[in-house]
Amino acid sequence: MKKLRSSSSWLPTLLFLLLVFGTMQFVSSLNLISVYWQQVFMSACIMAISALGLNLIYGYTGLFHLGQAAFYGIGAYTSALITYYWSRMGPKLPIDFLGLHFDLSMTAMFLLALLAGALMAAIVAYLIGLPVLRLTGDYFCIASLGFNVIVYVLFNNADRLIPVMKGARGMVGIPRWTSWPWVFIFTVLALFGMRNLVYSSVGRAIISIREDEDAADVMGIDTAKYRTLAFVIGSLYAGLAGGLYAHLYTFLHPTCFAWIKSCDPFLIVVFGGAGGMTGTIVASLVWTFILEGLRVLLPRGFESWRYVIYPLIMLMIMLFRPGGILGRRELGFLKPKGIEVARVERVPAAASAGSDRPEERGSKDVSSED
Amino acid sequence: MSVLKIKKLTKYFGGLRAVHDFDFSIDEGELVGLIGPNGAGKTTIFNMVSEIYPPTAGEIEFMGQSIVGLKPHQVAQLGIGRTFQKIRVFKGMSVLDNVRLAYHPHAGYSIKDAVLHNALFSKREKELTERAQEFLSIFGLEDKQDELCGSLPYGDQHRVEIARALATEPKLLMLDEPTSGMNPREALEMVDLIKFLRDKFKLTIFLIEHRMRVVMGVCERITVIDFGEIIARGEPAEIRNDPKVIEAYLGERMAKELAAA
Repeated sequence: MKKLRSSSSWLPTLLFLLLVFGTMQFVSSLNLISVYWQQVFMSACIMAISALGLNLIYGYTGLFHLGQAAFYGIGAYTSALITYYWSRMGPKLPIDFLGLHFDLSMTAMFLLALLAGALMAAIVAYLIGLPVLRLTGDYFCIASLGFNVIVYVLFNNADRLIPVMKGARGMVGIPRWTSWPWVFIFTVLALFGMRNLVYSSVGRAIISIREDEDAADVMGIDTAKYRTLAFVIGSLYAGLAGGLYAHLYTFLHPTCFAWIKSCDPFLIVVFGGAGGMTGTIVASLVWTFILEGLRVLLPRGFESWRYVIYPLIMLMIMLFRPGGILGRRELGFLKPKGIEVARVERVPAAASAGSDRPEERGSKDVSSED
Repeated sequence: MSVLKIKKLTKYFGGLRAVHDFDFSIDEGELVGLIGPNGAGKTTIFNMVSEIYPPTAGEIEFMGQSIVGLKPHQVAQLGIGRTFQKIRVFKGMSVLDNVRLAYHPHAGYSIKDAVLHNALFSKREKELTERAQEFLSIFGLEDKQDELCGSLPYGDQHRVEIARALATEPKLLMLDEPTSGMNPREALEMVDLIKFLRDKFKLTIFLIEHRMRVVMGVCERITVIDFGEIIARGEPAEIRNDPKVIEAYLGERMAKELAAA
């Protein structure tokens, strides 16, 4: 009786992912789309990683977090500093294998730097979370925003401590190591990691905090622990995205990590549907392409009108679909696994209270198979 | 052996004395009611037992162990389950997930297992899903397992909340107005359900209730409080004839009706 449906739906998922990867790889290697649009697509995926992190914090845990850009920046600067020095001082191990040309030493250090950036963001999130996560609602929002402002000021003056960060002039000389395969791999990993986390007991504990914290507490859920966990993992995602961003544009400026930039992933999460992964991914793509697309579509000299048009689109969405474009609806492999209905003996009183289905008491294990 | 023992429990909210010198004890398997007018401090007592509010003074012992100063989730894990006065199911979660959440402290796999969705995860998840489904079946909710709790009718939400509290496998179940918002027929069915659950799960039940017929019909002992202080305690028959209770809470008419019933 009662079997978890073991859906063997990994094949279409794999095909879909290979198709996305292959198409992009194909069109960029044949120069069918310009480097500029390749970058736009990659930055959309990077934004999606950061937004997925924020979706965990805001969409699933319910923390009104307006400081995602701070953790994005921490990840960006941390990983950039590592690769900045390594690309200048580290050993070089060029590899030529099956037509693939890459430098093993640089690639390994790139991955380590991304990891370090993500971990640094997570550690800072943990430490800042100790005092700040006691706050709820609007107070947490203000505190996270305040933290973002502090980090921004630190970045602006970082050159006094670490000269190569160049403070308000912006850090240059970061190797351009972010490429489509890496962006793709990390986006997919981030997505699968998030899905697996959300559809687990840990995920349920996190969502219960959003739903009703006191009720979660009296069910034995250590809400303080899971609030911290969600905040740390969400920031880890931001740190990872920041690292990828740094090595895509090779230039970091503190204004990229000002609190106003925290609104971008926030808008995406709300726009796509808070508490939904599919919506977040779709919204990241749509948002990035609306912004960049308007730059092309609008007549010369009117480009800045896109900052008028895209808020209007947002406004429309919020008026007509307040839950976001997809809400909490999930598609494809992001859907939760179906679970078969199980039947066991039923309480007579409970059965008669409200439901008029036939009594099934005594007929234990109706669908008994095992 | 007494499951819950409360000594001189007191709670002040600023200058307001919500509960004063509340003494109480409940033995294993007992079904005890707590009644009193609105604002008498009943829910405050529940909240202090589940450690949502820290008591100002006094002692709370559960199974011989002091629980004052513990976190709410620790108290819950020791074996005190409860429901709330207003329904507080997780509306944005499915019915199944509401109940599955109760098994979280015993899920038996780590975050790493969850993220990797490995064999241990699948095994444990299957086990706890089956247990949760058994509970849903008991309450006749198995066909609604995938529905969001917020979309269920009121009566079903009530059952989810009780199922969820029971799934934490409590020794002591505290029910805060289990029949609020129900019509008289549903309320009587709830009485049957409470009695049934007590026998099936060997529960000790402590309940707050306003509906006198429910209280008198289901409770073995009753404690009455007013303005945070105990004004009477005893068996239902004693309580409904107690002049202090009639004056503070029942009123003459209700007392007569209950006596006639």
